[in-house]
Amino acid sequence: MSDAGTEQYNYKIVRSFAFSALFWLVIGLIVGLWIAFEMFNPALNLTPWLSFGRLRVVHTNGLGLGFGLAGIFATSYYILQRLTRTAIPFPRLAQAHLYLFNTTIALAAVSLMAGMNTTKEYAELEWPLDIAVVVFWVMFAINVFATLIKRREKQMYISLWYIIAMTIAIAILYIVNNLEIPVTLFKSYTVYAGANDANVEWWYGHNIVGFIFTVPILAMFYYFLPKSTGLPIFSHRLSIISFWALNFAYLWTGAHHLMLSPLPEWIQTVAIAFSIFLIAPSWGSVINGYYTLQGNWEQLRTNYLVKFFIFGITFYGLQTLQGPLQGLRTLNAFFHFTDWVIGHVHMGTMGWVTMIISASFYYMIPRITGNQLYSIKLANTHFWLILVGQLIWTITMWIAGIQQGAMWKATNPDGSLMYSFLDTLTSLYPYYRLRFAAGVIYFAGILIFVWNLIMTVRQSPMQDEAEQPTQKQELQSWG
Amino acid sequence: MGITSKPVVFAVLSAAVILIGSTVTVFIPLFMPSTQPVSAYVKPYTSVELEGRDIYMREGCNNCHTQTVRPLRTEVLRYGEYSKPEEFAYDRPFLWGSRRTGPDLNRIGGKYPDSWHYRHMQSPQSMFEKSNMPPYGWLAKNRLDTSNSYKKTSILGYGFSEKDVQQQINEYRSKVTSQTYLSKETRDLVTPAELHHELTEMDAIIAYLQKLGRDVKNLETKK
Repeated sequence: MSDAGTEQYNYKIVRSFAFSALFWLVIGLIVGLWIAFEMFNPALNLTPWLSFGRLRVVHTNGLGLGFGLAGIFATSYYILQRLTRTAIPFPRLAQAHLYLFNTTIALAAVSLMAGMNTTKEYAELEWPLDIAVVVFWVMFAINVFATLIKRREKQMYISLWYIIAMTIAIAILYIVNNLEIPVTLFKSYTVYAGANDANVEWWYGHNIVGFIFTVPILAMFYYFLPKSTGLPIFSHRLSIISFWALNFAYLWTGAHHLMLSPLPEWIQTVAIAFSIFLIAPSWGSVINGYYTLQGNWEQLRTNYLVKFFIFGITFYGLQTLQGPLQGLRTLNAFFHFTDWVIGHVHMGTMGWVTMIISASFYYMIPRITGNQLYSIKLANTHFWLILVGQLIWTITMWIAGIQQGAMWKATNPDGSLMYSFLDTLTSLYPYYRLRFAAGVIYFAGILIFVWNLIMTVRQSPMQDEAEQPTQKQELQSWG
Repeated sequence: MGITSKPVVFAVLSAAVILIGSTVTVFIPLFMPSTQPVSAYVKPYTSVELEGRDIYMREGCNNCHTQTVRPLRTEVLRYGEYSKPEEFAYDRPFLWGSRRTGPDLNRIGGKYPDSWHYRHMQSPQSMFEKSNMPPYGWLAKNRLDTSNSYKKTSILGYGFSEKDVQQQINEYRSKVTSQTYLSKETRDLVTPAELHHELTEMDAIIAYLQKLGRDVKNLETKK
């Protein structure tokens, strides 16, 4: 164990993935703003490549697979090395992983704009790119397990459990949902038909959100919150229960996306039951987060990172209440297919996911470069802009959803429909304008975030060549 | 303490826990015929309709249009008979969608004449000033590529021979290019002169839209 201090961690890969994440974040948000504008001004559908139907998937894939995965890879490589006190065993493989990942995402964006789209949500990529995704995932998994096997720290801390679960679950989900028969290099058909395809797709669609936007983000939360506050996690036992319950229950719930559809009713009902159950493990993590700060709440004022973590976990808590509730049949009949759901998703992504990744990067980047953060003031501005932007965004969409849901259902005294479909759509345009404005506020916050990290790295370019001496004193174990 | 010091055991256990729900709610139903029933009244897509469906997918129409009418009073009132599982036996992939920015399309077939669709696809705003649907007039400028049509239907197991496929394509071409075609005037208006006698992507996507819900409507009228 004594040689642990001399071990050189591989921080280059962490940094490369972190900046890849920032790049895809900016691209994904620009596309998001563009399609948000198209929603009330169709003149922006300038060419087939820029039409809403093609760009929307560039937005979801760019942020989910581009930003989300790159952020997860960056933090996972960091957390893994620190918690095992072991450098990544195959640094070259990690480097290849980086190149293949970015090439795949770039080709994904281009191919989706060209209309190569399998239409299965969050799995729209055509089969050659699916293979590329599986290959880079295996590259990642090899380093994950090799690091864990070589580790110098006997116990695996909570965050490592979540990284293991994610590595396995995403592999299963992605491969099963993307089984397809190629017609040409750019076109394939799924092996499942109709209701079965829907069931497989939403088992995937729901859980890919779970295992990208929940599980690894919890890994970050459980690692970086104690790290940046100096406070241990409130309850180890609660985290064990939450972990296993979450992993068990999550996979049963996909069909709540298919309420009142032609899918067999028993699958829908089982999904509702498990969705309600899922509130418990989700809130297990929320409570664990809140109680960790017990007696130290003044850090919310004094430590700029704590704001991100606490607001982030709060949005996670809100979202994990809202999700199961909107899965209930009666509520689902009203809210499904409306903008309410769009609001729900974005509270998770713009609130929970981005806030936790932001704070994790703010913690990580100065430590791996040996620099101070460029500006805490800018980080605070970033926080408030993304908070306000996100709240206006999501609340606007909830109201829009309630309005459209009500208009769809409104009938005259004689039982006929009160509104034509077009009426229900055009009544939303004011909300769409406001949503766009909120998106701009949010985007401004993200630009500040990116700027702040670029400046942090740029401060002393000499240091990242000569491996940092600062990391030595940081070595501490998690018992 | 136990498994938290054994990464491989931990991984295997995680996989097992993850696979329980997946097996019960997804994998087992795959092998139950009741999940996706097949019924004789629902016919597979012709190769032209299938090409149209592929264009529907390429343009990501499913991002704004659903194809499931739920068994709710106002929904049946607005769109028609609610969706039945057997209707989707030939749908690979399913195209039920998740957001209705535009109306549901599962009962669109036969609701309007072809000419309505030609005009609407060409410029949605010319018919509904405030519509936010992108214009798709350029589909009429693209000749329909049928080079993989047979391969596609055979992968999907629709049971057509190569001759059947060619016949379906020829028949549909003669239909829309004939002098007596009811929507000839509008079709000629949106289609460039050099493609008047060819099948375009616009023709195919309209053929597809007209197929949606047709079998159910035929069944209803027979009753």
